Amino acid sequence: MHNEMKTSFLAKSENVIYARTIAVGFLLNLNLEMGVLNEIKTVISEAVTNAIVHGYGSDPSEWVHLNMKYDDEAIEMEVIDYGIGIEDVEKAKEPLYSTKVDEERAGLGFTIMEVFTDRLDVISSLGRGTTVKMKKKYYAK
Amino acid sequence: MVIKMGLQVQMAIRRNTLYIRLNGELDQASSTGLKVRVSEIVNKYYIRNIILNCQKLNFMDSSGIGFIIGRYSQIRVRKGKIVLCEMNDIVERIFNLSGLKKICQVASCEEEAEGFLEVA
Repeated sequence: MHNEMKTSFLAKSENVIYARTIAVGFLLNLNLEMGVLNEIKTVISEAVTNAIVHGYGSDPSEWVHLNMKYDDEAIEMEVIDYGIGIEDVEKAKEPLYSTKVDEERAGLGFTIMEVFTDRLDVISSLGRGTTVKMKKKYYAK
Repeated sequence: MVIKMGLQVQMAIRRNTLYIRLNGELDQASSTGLKVRVSEIVNKYYIRNIILNCQKLNFMDSSGIGFIIGRYSQIRVRKGKIVLCEMNDIVERIFNLSGLKKICQVASCEEEAEGFLEVA
């Protein structure tokens, strides 16, 4: 079994709910347990919010890309922005670290992505953007 | 009151406590709208405590955690408290991961939450 999808949307916070919904819709065929689906919803929400708020500084004319695929064992998700990039990825991954301290951000995005998936890779370069890759294994019900 | 796509909010004030009942999803878009509304009310009515009823909250990400931290820092100066109640499994998992336990109390229902505030 193999399936893939790619979607792009403007960097507007209203589109985070769109990204979550489309991710869940794409995975309907897998008949996943609610808990697993909710974890995927959450990590997509975190990665897409990061792309919008941090990558693009909430500039609604920019584009965020969400690619997903699955096979019999795992689901792979990719969230891509061509925004400012992350200077120090290891630091950004630290719990409670946030570059936008005045905006009431919890600094938990990467922590949640790490806990709710089996593998998290963050590829970023300053001025070029960030790609967040996540892999989650699943077991058919 | 509808804040933004995906979230409905009911609010009530009793004495100096603000009751917020959330229905829907708390993410970046909806927590931004909610923040504006709630922080205004907290200031205007000199709110000391907040009871956040999550019974119908079916999704929350770290933006929701940011919202709670923001309200805590707002009422902390008045020695107020935030109590969350009726969290479902999904919301509770995010809550537990966030370390918010250090600054918020958790109750099973609004009545129990009120009890926490009266003892104070």
